[in-house]
Amino acid sequence: MTLASHIATSPRFKDNAKAALADPDLQNALKFVEVNFIARRREVAERLPEFEALRDSARDIKDHTLAYLDLYLEAYEERLTAQGGRLHYAVSADDARRIILDICRDAGARTVTKGKSMVAEEIGLNDFLEGNGVTPVETDLGEYIIQLRHELPSHIIAPAVHLTKAQVEDDFRRVHTHLAPDRNLAEPTSLLAEARGVLREKFLAADVGITGANFLVAETGTSVIVTNEGNGDLTQTLPKVHIVLASLEKLVPTLEDLAQLLRVLARSATGQEMSVYTTLSTGPRRADDPDGPGAYHVVLLDNGRSSMIGGEFRDMLRCIRCGACMNHCPVYHAVGGHAYGWVYPGPMGAVLTPSLIGIDKAGHLPNASTFCGRCEDVCPVRIPLPRMMRSWREREFERHLSPATVRGGLAAWAFFAKRPRLYGLAAAMAARVLHWAGAARGRFSWLPLASGWTRYRDFPAPQGETFQSRWKHRNDRPRPGSPP
Amino acid sequence: MTARELVFATLRRSLGVSGTEAPRRAAVAARLAGHPRGVVPARGQLPPQQRLDLFARMVEAAAGTIERAASAADVPVAVAALLRGLNLPMRVRHGDDPRLAALPWQSAPALEILRGPSDGHDLAAVSHASAAVAETGTLVLTSGPDNPTTLNFLPDVHIVVVDAADIASDFETVMARLRERYGTGTMPRTVNMITGPSRSADIEQTLLLGAHGPRKLHVIVVGDP
Repeated sequence: MTLASHIATSPRFKDNAKAALADPDLQNALKFVEVNFIARRREVAERLPEFEALRDSARDIKDHTLAYLDLYLEAYEERLTAQGGRLHYAVSADDARRIILDICRDAGARTVTKGKSMVAEEIGLNDFLEGNGVTPVETDLGEYIIQLRHELPSHIIAPAVHLTKAQVEDDFRRVHTHLAPDRNLAEPTSLLAEARGVLREKFLAADVGITGANFLVAETGTSVIVTNEGNGDLTQTLPKVHIVLASLEKLVPTLEDLAQLLRVLARSATGQEMSVYTTLSTGPRRADDPDGPGAYHVVLLDNGRSSMIGGEFRDMLRCIRCGACMNHCPVYHAVGGHAYGWVYPGPMGAVLTPSLIGIDKAGHLPNASTFCGRCEDVCPVRIPLPRMMRSWREREFERHLSPATVRGGLAAWAFFAKRPRLYGLAAAMAARVLHWAGAARGRFSWLPLASGWTRYRDFPAPQGETFQSRWKHRNDRPRPGSPP
Repeated sequence: MTARELVFATLRRSLGVSGTEAPRRAAVAARLAGHPRGVVPARGQLPPQQRLDLFARMVEAAAGTIERAASAADVPVAVAALLRGLNLPMRVRHGDDPRLAALPWQSAPALEILRGPSDGHDLAAVSHASAAVAETGTLVLTSGPDNPTTLNFLPDVHIVVVDAADIASDFETVMARLRERYGTGTMPRTVNMITGPSRSADIEQTLLLGAHGPRKLHVIVVGDP
């Protein structure tokens, strides 16, 4: 049951999208995304005159780090180890899962608490731990809710954004069997209080705490998490072992570079000046520390990124996972995150998912875009997302993965497009024929070869001339006011 | 080939480098040693009094509360008044920070003082911040026996004392102070940067305070900037 939720359904994107559009609960929940996130980000960005300059700075820092990643990694490793931390390299998702399980077994762990980590979702960690006798407990409120539902997150910073409070109440009543039937859970505050109470016990009982990392700092061997709830901090402070699961591209050189990135992260993500808790962790508790974990492990995941850095999708490794691209995406607003079928949704997912699970499985995702460009307009590290989605479309075409009708249509178009005179002639003829055929109604509700369009909306009948011929006629006429 | 060797080998093949190139190593060493500042917002670059005012505004904007105490000796009475106002038991926990230990707690005789880290059953705790950032209303706390990290997260009410003179304009100033205090390349186990009380907006994006950490964050600024 749990495993099924982690098999990519990206190849069925079209069916997923149709189901999403027909789901009234989902459509109700998605209304909030468009309204809240966009307005909040705009307000907070407008309050900081240096925001655009900070975006340039953030982009440059990430580019610089990627260009020297091998050396920053060496520096990070040296500082981390010098302060008592242990670094584990994981080439694949499978390696990372096994390393984490081994650490849990060595600690004799029965339950582990978890802070929100998209990399943990990427490697399917929860199902693996559960299958091997270690119970993972998600502690971020949104992650906790979707864990109860055996779902993937539908948003990288707001995992349960696809749910209404009524749905959450139903899940709590189903799982928290200690709840009296007359206990009022109608308001989000009462749901939060219930989750806080249940999870507080889990925090105190856990043997191992696993968090992700928003950044790793080479200068000091530090991992950084950014949260609002404080769950990540309880996760990493109370158990005797703290495991950080992070991917290679989280590195930044110095504490000053970290400050630059923090200034764009929360503003782009939730529209806050700063998230509530920004926590820098370095090594295990020191000899005289009265609290904190006795062991500190960092599991560094590659999973294809060291190859990606040499290719045309390298810029994607600048991503700081703020979610602004999906918050501003009209396709995401319409279908939500689950339609994308895997861990990373929205525009960043449309670029990253094909790199991680293959374009053969994820080919629909870079096609699920109107190329409106809003994602690139708001990306704090200025990733050219539309351009990279176009690159994936080209690769899909080159590898003959697109359907025959699309290929046939594009081949026919290319034939004409390479012969401008023939193109002009054919377009003029088509415009005349369609003008004549559609003259009565001014539009078509059905056209051969264009059912993909006309199934959902009418196709307007052309006016009888092509744009090019109109332009030509217009320029042939003397312009008003010009000398005769 | 170990996993480490494999990751480095792939990385270097992709980057088209060997890892031994002197100019590359020099560039990285220079960046780490020089830690250049990037874009620092003008917002916090203010004279001390206005910087304190900005800090107070930003704390409140993040749903925290803030008051000023003319001297450290006024802190115990302020803490007692706060707990009374919240209708909480007159009990508070703090660590070994000498600045907190030296406070005249007997000036608030009703207040019971507990010491050391929290086991999750405390309603209120007092910490001493090592610095604050005016730019965003952020408090900076460092782990250790003086101010145990559990006090920042487990109690319902977190009271943080900060010296007015420790309120910095920006994060870069705080980073430089950390380097000065702990040495280059060295950090304490935990540095907590805290901006307002704990919250979640995971259910219908309705903002709720007190998700897992404190529901209330109260700042007491001591002295003159």
